[in-house]
Amino acid sequence: MSEHSKIIEIEVLRYNPETDKVPSPQVFEVPFTDDMSVLQGIQYIKDHLDGSLSFRWSCRMAICGSCGMMINGVPHLSCETFLRDYYPARVRVEALNHFPIERDLVINMEGFIKKLESIQPYIIPKEPRTLAQGEYLQTPEELNRYEQFSSCINCMLCYAACPQFGLNPEFIGPAATALLHRYNVDTRDGAKEERMELVHSEEGVFHCTAVGYCSEVCPKHVDPANAVNQNKTNSAMDYFLRFISPKGGAK
Amino acid sequence: METYKADVVIVGGGGAGLRAAIAVAEFDPTLRIALVSKVYPMRSHTVAAEGGSAGVKLPTDKFDYHFNDTVTGGDWLCEQDVVEYFVSQCPEELTQLEHWGCPWSRTPDGHVNVRAFGGMKIERTWFAADKTGFHMLHTLFQTSIKYPSIKRFDEHFCVDLVVADGRTQGVVTIEIASGELTLIEARSVVIATGGAGRVFRENTNGGVVTGDGMALAYRHGVPLRDMEFVQYHPTCMPGTGLLFTEACRGEGGFLVNKDGYRYLQDYGLGPAEPTPRNKAMELGPRDRLSQAFWYEQQKGRTIEGPHGSVVHLDLRHLGEAKLRERLPQIYELAEQFLGVDPAHAPIPVRPAVHYTMGGILVDGKCAAPLPGLFAAGECSSVGIHGANRLGSNSLSELCVFGKVAGVEAARHAKSVAPGNSANLLKQAQAVEQRVVGLVRKSGGSERIATLRREMAQTMEDGCGIYRLAESMQKTCDKLDELKLRFKNVHIEDKSSVWNTEWLLAIELEYQLDVAQAMAYSALNRRESRGAHQRLDGYEARDDINFLKHSQAHYVADGAPRIDYGPVKITKSQPGTRAYGAAGEQAERERNASHV
Ligand code: SF4
Ligand code: FES
Repeated sequence: MSEHSKIIEIEVLRYNPETDKVPSPQVFEVPFTDDMSVLQGIQYIKDHLDGSLSFRWSCRMAICGSCGMMINGVPHLSCETFLRDYYPARVRVEALNHFPIERDLVINMEGFIKKLESIQPYIIPKEPRTLAQGEYLQTPEELNRYEQFSSCINCMLCYAACPQFGLNPEFIGPAATALLHRYNVDTRDGAKEERMELVHSEEGVFHCTAVGYCSEVCPKHVDPANAVNQNKTNSAMDYFLRFISPKGGAK
Repeated sequence: METYKADVVIVGGGGAGLRAAIAVAEFDPTLRIALVSKVYPMRSHTVAAEGGSAGVKLPTDKFDYHFNDTVTGGDWLCEQDVVEYFVSQCPEELTQLEHWGCPWSRTPDGHVNVRAFGGMKIERTWFAADKTGFHMLHTLFQTSIKYPSIKRFDEHFCVDLVVADGRTQGVVTIEIASGELTLIEARSVVIATGGAGRVFRENTNGGVVTGDGMALAYRHGVPLRDMEFVQYHPTCMPGTGLLFTEACRGEGGFLVNKDGYRYLQDYGLGPAEPTPRNKAMELGPRDRLSQAFWYEQQKGRTIEGPHGSVVHLDLRHLGEAKLRERLPQIYELAEQFLGVDPAHAPIPVRPAVHYTMGGILVDGKCAAPLPGLFAAGECSSVGIHGANRLGSNSLSELCVFGKVAGVEAARHAKSVAPGNSANLLKQAQAVEQRVVGLVRKSGGSERIATLRREMAQTMEDGCGIYRLAESMQKTCDKLDELKLRFKNVHIEDKSSVWNTEWLLAIELEYQLDVAQAMAYSALNRRESRGAHQRLDGYEARDDINFLKHSQAHYVADGAPRIDYGPVKITKSQPGTRAYGAAGEQAERERNASHV
């Protein structure tokens, strides 16, 4: 229906562990219209030019978190980044920084998933309640305290932006800290102390050097840097309080 | 090939699959659960559901009202006993999610808030801003981490069920990262793989929504029920089909044609009032709204855009503050993808395929006719949606029937003996030969993308909002042709690691089967009901001949065989399905005749 009148060059960093020693770029010429996303450009390549190109995607609307990649060196969701913003120059796409590449634009995200799993990302009730008792009451203000941190789509752009994670892949990093914070400040939850143990530990939030680039690249306004820094303060407080309080100082 | 021994295997890590996994874990922590998903669970398409999840909440509401809305909305093609169970369980399940941390939007005093939705008499849609599916999915995923008995097989693609001695005994999967196959033995299998909207061209669905589980069950002789009923959502983005939630209208948005006229009043949905009245105008059901769009287009009253005709979804009068609070994602979608600021300009929208009402035939306990096989969620046809699903019933369905499927699968697993491992392995090896053969073979010439595009186009042409025997027949013929051409498919990629082209080929084969079931079921239903509307002499509902469920049976290398099953009617006799002022009149008459 829409006419493909313009052609853009898309340079893709290719890597196949079965045949390549190192990743190398390949350039494709892709016809495009102004409403086409970078993801649609890559899909065009797969459908028409090279069926072996591998990448993750699903929702096309910036909510499933699958399609993060480096676009001209900046971490973006490819489904909500548009080719028109790069044309007439060439656009360069690569796998997300700081993660091992499995193939082409696909990174290994197991480490990230392990971090999510490790912080007990579920309600451990302060006061257990039966279903017959109905919902917990939570005012809009109380909801507001954690809502932003619950909006993380696990796209890992913030990890690709984080210099500390680049240096130390064990660093718990922005999104997992935001999630930890999300549960800690939920009025229904009572397990902050347990979770804070993790933050005290070696790989906890002290690694952060407050660059703030994670929040800048976050497509969902989660502001993970804010969560990291709040927990740094909390963590420092707790660290000192643990000498004077038998319960570790966490409330 | 490696073997993993589980008790229950769940295929699909979206809302229904996760809920089922948790249900098994809570039913008996000693049962070993394998949760297989072709994507990490939080990527599943539940994530894209926006508007909300239905459950009686206000003191003015009743289970009976939710029941009536659902059965009427489904044009009486619902299993009424199942609907009755469903509506009675919704509030408890949504409360359960609240206890698990779901950030439901709240009233000022801290209770869960509810909003209006299409075809619902009373506000009963629980919501988390306009990212309800996202929050439900992440809540379920994160909660599932609590249960050590749930072993996840993330990014494992299920290629077949293993059926032996007349019962389902496991699945065969491909690990996407390595290309290696695994046999997962289990005494119960739950399919929770979602819908099949991607068989159509313009759709709201994510790339993963390819009907895999439907095809798996179908090929093993389980009928697909009511597949002709495919829902067009009336307000989608032209071109991409991305969804603008019904909550836009629940919050008070208008639909207007090129003259700025609220055209729905011309289609039995009026009167047009400045604020939304439940079950009228913009809060009518989805099938009626999409049909009204089609007529406006015929009359030349739509607006022509680069991606076809559109009408306008006008949210301007709601004001920026309310839009940012209640519909933040919609706001961003309109800004980023269309360059439209919805507080200052109307959003161009058109209908797109959204939901498959039909699916794997299961009873009210989510059990398929094949022992050991269960299904829940969009891939299943448990019988609550009938010929047209009401918005916000599907998210509740995931929870209510995800749980039922989990509990029943757990019970079944405990009641039967393990199978003969050697025998199961032999079958799995045969599956391996077949799927690996697909990638190894050479000499094919058909591109996957070409076949997929032709399939999606012919489905749109023949099985759209309005249908004709001639075009449906053409679609059936085209699908037969595509199935033949698929045998000649060419896969360029020969590697084992992340060979997505191989997986796309397998998905395409699933899709062609499901598309056939849809098209042939549609052709055979010679009446109009809910989302299945004909213009070739079968414009009326025909309860005498077609108050029945269609059942498509798989026939290898041929057209599906279609037969029919009874519809369970308990307390709501089929009547006139009316909305707006006419609907209120009809309801008064019904009530009067009951006294
Ligand atoms: S915090 Fe933001 S950038 Fe990081 S994973 Fe979550 S959504 Fe993505
Ligand atoms: S495809 Fe889902 S976030 Fe981009």
